[in-house]
Amino acid sequence: MDELAATVTGFARTLRAAGVGADHERTQNLLRALDHLDVTDPREVYWAGRLTLCATPDDLPRYDRCFAAYFGGRRAAAGGRSGATAVTRHTATPGEEEPGEEGDTVPAAASRAELLRHRDVARLTEAEREEVHRMLSMLRCGRAQRRSRRFVPATKSRLDQRRTIREALRKGEVARLRHKAHTTRPRRVVLFVDVSGSMAPYAETLLRFAHALVRSEPRATRVYSIGTRLTSVTAELRHRDPGTALNEVSRAIPDWSGGTRLGEELREYLTGQSARGAIVVIASDGWERGDPHLLGTQVARLARQAYRMIWVNPHKGYEDYQPLTGGMRAALPYLDELVAGHSLAAYQELSERLAHA
Amino acid sequence: MLRRTIRTIDIESPGKLVELLDRHAYLAGEGLATAAFLALRMGRPLFLEGEAGVGKTELAKTLAELLEAPLIRLQCYEGLDAAQALYDWDFARQLLHLKAAEAAGVTDVSRLEGEIYDRRFLIARPLLKALETQPSVLLVDEIDRADDEFEAFLLEVLSDFTISIPELGTVRAETPPVVVVTSNRTREVHDALKRRCLYHWLEHPSFDREVAILMRRLPDCTETLAVQVARAAERLRQADLVKPPGVAETLDWTEALLTLGAAELDPDRAAATLGAALKYREDVENVLAKGLLRDG
Repeated sequence: MDELAATVTGFARTLRAAGVGADHERTQNLLRALDHLDVTDPREVYWAGRLTLCATPDDLPRYDRCFAAYFGGRRAAAGGRSGATAVTRHTATPGEEEPGEEGDTVPAAASRAELLRHRDVARLTEAEREEVHRMLSMLRCGRAQRRSRRFVPATKSRLDQRRTIREALRKGEVARLRHKAHTTRPRRVVLFVDVSGSMAPYAETLLRFAHALVRSEPRATRVYSIGTRLTSVTAELRHRDPGTALNEVSRAIPDWSGGTRLGEELREYLTGQSARGAIVVIASDGWERGDPHLLGTQVARLARQAYRMIWVNPHKGYEDYQPLTGGMRAALPYLDELVAGHSLAAYQELSERLAHA
Repeated sequence: MLRRTIRTIDIESPGKLVELLDRHAYLAGEGLATAAFLALRMGRPLFLEGEAGVGKTELAKTLAELLEAPLIRLQCYEGLDAAQALYDWDFARQLLHLKAAEAAGVTDVSRLEGEIYDRRFLIARPLLKALETQPSVLLVDEIDRADDEFEAFLLEVLSDFTISIPELGTVRAETPPVVVVTSNRTREVHDALKRRCLYHWLEHPSFDREVAILMRRLPDCTETLAVQVARAAERLRQADLVKPPGVAETLDWTEALLTLGAAELDPDRAAATLGAALKYREDVENVLAKGLLRDG
């Protein structure tokens, strides 16, 4: 390996240690680019590296740091990232073992399950909650479909010109017109789960529901926790086992049971990503500590991109519920649906909505 | 004067490209010039990402002018498919041809087949057209709006600059077109596609550059006006807006002001023409309420 190649390879290794995806192919591209440039000019080397080794705006500051460290004479310390501090948290254990209100008056297991289905998860005993979670893990989530790029033969819909011509050639005349139709693909769901203090009794159940969603459509589901920090937890929820997935999620979320700044976090989401064509679900009680007006405008922006905008509020399950919290009032005009989210039955119903939206 | 066509080989350094782009009224920074220079030299696609209105599409247009090559544009959208992006058979003409053959009593199927799958019945869409036109500049605009399946598909074409048509054979570009792919980053584009390209993140221009751009593009614009508009644009970008104005918007705005005969940016005219810079009702209201147009 000549000196240039050795230098470049070393630089790429430094970048990889800093979290930039500067792989072998990209490194080769840099070497090829340097063939056309003046390697003694640091500016040209800087740009050649940046253009070939970086892939997102997030890479740029890391690249700049590494470039300065590596070509400024010092090799950047490998693994110099501020290590992800593991925040462990015990899942919600509200109160002590309360006796269930229904007691043992209904002996049949099926009816008990039916009763459990409609009870508020915040008021369950530990054992009952476990049973609800077990049922949630068995929840089969269908998904509404969207049109895809591909076609399949069909009886009506669009004319399949290619097949019609092929057949005409074989038979010597156009005997019948053939048709085709678009295939479908699952529609994307973007789910935001509020993990702030006021949502603590519901957060775990909601995340288990999120797990069921991710497991049924891993490629078409994105889950974020919101509170004071927007955190993507989709990757963590891909674990097959709900227990493992939930533990991973607990570690990933830095702001359990903190305050709520929904508006700011939705804005953060909207600057980096887009929910175009997706079903957006926000699970929160709307207890916004930030500016409700900001929340309103961000929900409005999301709603314009989204295919459907659904808000899940645990308190909606009660007869006398009124959307009175500031955040809820601000968001209300832009929602397609405001649904309950306090019991297993409510989640099953939500799952149905996602299947037929 | 004898005009000589500029070939990519004549552009010997990024600095030279800055100069050539400037002649066509495009002021490129060092990074963008190096990116475009390498794209031309290495025959690799240039992947430009950045907010709307920072000059991504404009670069492709200027490169086409500069190289005196036709600009072939593929605007991406959800549901874009092969028949729209690559090629399609001219069904109506194929049928007519079959009917005519039938009337003439031709029954030789293989001969007929050869005839109707001829190049003249093929409609070239942008990607195929770009491979067949030499030289050409191919602009794949707003790739983030297409479905992710389409990326895989584009990657295939951009990897070896060939398109295989089952009935006709493989079309190969002798010299690959100059390719510019743009994205507004409304979603993450797959890494495999980016790896194939030179990646450049385009920022809003600095204050000085924006003043220079305004004066370069709009000959009637005085320095006073350019400075005032650029300063206002900077304030608007710092304010918390749904869609901060890009250079494209400041250019439109200045043009609107010039059309009204303004030599300076006074608050009344600024408010009247604000629709050229801001495209959301909330933003306009927000800016007027905060009095951001007043030169501080």
